[in-house]
Amino acid sequence: MMQDWEVVIGLETHAQLATKSKIFSGAATTYGAPPNSQASLVDLAYPGVLPVLNAEAVRMAVKFGLSIGAPIAQRSIFARKNYFYPDLPKGYQISQYEIPVVGRGALEIMLDDGTVKSVGITRAHLEEDAGKSLHEGLAHASGIDLNRAGTPLLEIVSEPDLRSAKEAVAYMKKLHTLVRYLDICDGNMQEGSFRCDANVSVRPRGQEKYGTRAEIKNLNSFRFVEKAIQHEVARQIELIESGGKVIQETRLYDSDKDETRAMRSKEEANDYRYFPDPDLLPLQIDAAFIEAVHRTLPELPDEKAARFSALFQLSAYDAGVLSASRELGAYFEAVVALTGAAHAKLAANWIMGELAGALNRDNLEIGASRLAPAALAGLLGRIVDATISGKIAKDVFEAMWREGGGADSVIAAQGLRQITDAGEIAAVIDAVIAANPKQLADYRAGKDKLFGFFVGQAMKATQGKANPAQLNLLLKSKLDGA
Amino acid sequence: MLHTRSIGELAETLRRREISSVELTRHYLERIESLDPALNALITKTAEQALLQAAAADRRLAGGETAPLLGIPLIHKDIFCTDGVRTSCGSRMLDNFVAPYDATVVARLKAAGAVMLGKANMDEFAMGSSNETSHYGAVNNPWDHGKVPGGSSGGSAAAVAARLAPFATGTDTGGSIRQPAALTGVTGVKPTYGRVSRYGMIAFASSLDQAGVIARSAADAAIVLQLMSGFDAKDSTSVDMPVPDYAAALGAPLQGLRIGVLKEFADGLEARNGALLGAALKVYRSLGAETLDVSLPSLPLSVPTYYVVAPAECSSNLSRFDGVRFGYRCKDAKNLQDLYERSRGEGFGAEVKRRIMTGTYVLSAGYFDAYYLKAQKVRQLITDEFRAAFERVDLLIGPTTPTPAFAIGAKIDDPVTMYLNDIYTIGANLAGLPALSVPCGFIDDLPMGVQLIGPHFSESRLLNAAHRFQLATDWHQRVPPGYE
Repeated sequence: MMQDWEVVIGLETHAQLATKSKIFSGAATTYGAPPNSQASLVDLAYPGVLPVLNAEAVRMAVKFGLSIGAPIAQRSIFARKNYFYPDLPKGYQISQYEIPVVGRGALEIMLDDGTVKSVGITRAHLEEDAGKSLHEGLAHASGIDLNRAGTPLLEIVSEPDLRSAKEAVAYMKKLHTLVRYLDICDGNMQEGSFRCDANVSVRPRGQEKYGTRAEIKNLNSFRFVEKAIQHEVARQIELIESGGKVIQETRLYDSDKDETRAMRSKEEANDYRYFPDPDLLPLQIDAAFIEAVHRTLPELPDEKAARFSALFQLSAYDAGVLSASRELGAYFEAVVALTGAAHAKLAANWIMGELAGALNRDNLEIGASRLAPAALAGLLGRIVDATISGKIAKDVFEAMWREGGGADSVIAAQGLRQITDAGEIAAVIDAVIAANPKQLADYRAGKDKLFGFFVGQAMKATQGKANPAQLNLLLKSKLDGA
Repeated sequence: MLHTRSIGELAETLRRREISSVELTRHYLERIESLDPALNALITKTAEQALLQAAAADRRLAGGETAPLLGIPLIHKDIFCTDGVRTSCGSRMLDNFVAPYDATVVARLKAAGAVMLGKANMDEFAMGSSNETSHYGAVNNPWDHGKVPGGSSGGSAAAVAARLAPFATGTDTGGSIRQPAALTGVTGVKPTYGRVSRYGMIAFASSLDQAGVIARSAADAAIVLQLMSGFDAKDSTSVDMPVPDYAAALGAPLQGLRIGVLKEFADGLEARNGALLGAALKVYRSLGAETLDVSLPSLPLSVPTYYVVAPAECSSNLSRFDGVRFGYRCKDAKNLQDLYERSRGEGFGAEVKRRIMTGTYVLSAGYFDAYYLKAQKVRQLITDEFRAAFERVDLLIGPTTPTPAFAIGAKIDDPVTMYLNDIYTIGANLAGLPALSVPCGFIDDLPMGVQLIGPHFSESRLLNAAHRFQLATDWHQRVPPGYE
């Protein structure tokens, strides 16, 4: 019988903090500058220079800690992680080891079946990024770009609470939403501002003891997280089932070949010789500082979703989608402010449907939408007051998206106003019935399905402008033998 | 003679325009030119820049500006980064390193108008007690050219003792200011950890390193320390506390001052050394101070504690010297590993390598708790015992060194014997306390020092106690024969 395996995943996420300058030097953190143009003497680890902690990075770490309900350490320690590498100028990375600034917290994710799962966050700590080694385009040499050296990172370590690649992605996405809500990370995964390492193991279902884990390094897209974990899980199960053993090691995911491969084993791992950095005093954070940061916390994604659900009677799914970013939430609220809360569901459907589709098609963020909230609200208003049907509204939307202009001017210019005059609709119906005597006879003989045929003919005759409800009502009474 | 005048007298002479800073600077440059070849106290001479700085000081003086160090020459220990001037740290590793910036200490003294004559020889990366580990060769003690001047600030101390400059900067990680000051008959002050910025001072052991001053008297040292001290936002361990007027604190009577005699140091002291300490105590009692015995039972653990903590920090601090961005790079590296191994293997001297290896070992997995962590606990114990002692006494007193200067080559092959030279000085570094050494007599025609240690930020009290001692004695005015 095939063994039933349980997958166990923990993620270590690196969020690059959106400070203007580096964590221990005054150099800028802007992405994409010419190599080594943003490396100060401190970043270059010149003899005699010293690190000075960037208070803004601390503020951002505290903000994150508060948002996941974690305790903030009143006293945390920066340690040195010692190893030699050319893109690590000091020969050590300044990080937090034994005592991190952010303690244990949790993040809720929604699973596919709609249930909510709480994922434990073990800790989050501040550290500096290394530079980059460039091995391409140089003959017999490697290039070193130290622009990134000293960029502040918040490393967020989850508990091994995740049970599938999908859960891992849901967690990663939720974290991504959160850090952008908090304005502490730009979330740009292509530029590496938000990336993770995944610790993956499998164990027979029911077994308490964790299996041996492998760590997959540097996953910088949601798709890679999912595919790398799926691949790694399959590899481990296959290995164990064929009599092998998983060894603790670091692996790299190759997205081109869709596989992971070994980087270094535990035995080859560095002894990092962590010890407290004597150049930096313990980081002391007092209650007043925490309180001040607390006051800057925005409404968090879960709070916003709960409010949307309660206030606008939205499903948990809709509320979740609309609160996925602060900008989207704000757009939705701006539309609803104009349409009125009674039409929130209509607004939600349009934003998640037509608008999301158009944004996606043109690869635009909500902030760059070609329809401002007022324009969309104007269009929805015409649906609500029955000036146009929902179907016609989609054409109006497309015209507004393409050419700009308000709903009213598009409707007027294209003559799309809905026909609500009962006499006019009745005349159209009479003409349709008169033109189709056979179908009329069949309908009256019991072929109910032909009702749709008459609706279609009447709509065609009015270019779809007949008010659908009125049309249905009148047609029914006439067909049924008025 | 110009070079026998105190800093205060020189400043007055400059202010009265009896002499210009350029003339004063020339005088010292000439002394260096004629006397240093026999001493090797300087690694780099900066005559040209010195004369330019002196001329600039003269213009400020002509404008009526007065400042305590305006136009006064000095020598910087070659551990301080000096913009545009080679900063070697006594090592082949940095033989080609021209610093692109000034250390805070250098910048402050430059702004005060002091004139840099050159950079002083030192033990490589400040690791040594005899100045013999320098890539640039040993420094000869002006009192006896066959003897060491102590270290690591051996060049600074020898230069001040030989009157090649009115004062010099130094750094003290385990006694590197006080020990050479004692062995060359000058006054050396190590301030409280955090009192003087470490920015731009090439790190040996960050939690112990402290910049200070070597001068001929406590009064001169007070003037210099005043201008070196103070908070620096570029050094996170620098302390944001106002700097008292040290010079103004000098001259206060010592009536009622309680001076604790460190039992652990006094016990077993070589007889002649013990007699010098006894004589110093007598001077203090005659000045109205009260002396009483104090015991710090953990103090004898200072040396082993230090030789875990300091190498641990140094092993990490010196990782940046990897041949990649600056400093020595080996020829024809085959690959990255080869570049690291040979650049460091060829660039560092034996003592530095010994300490890097010791430090790497004590931080390694499996040894960390037994060595590094235990040493930190003992360090805390020693700190606590000092704190308790300072509830009973105002200052502590003891010898600076166990013996006078020893022969060049006598101990260099025996690290442990060499390390024991710092047995009396290391405690103050472990506890971050201010301490100083003042000349207190001679053994075999070689100068000896007595050490005073005070509570944190008690520099005023320490300098005053040293100044009063120097008003009552003339040991500090003795000049090595041939350097009068």
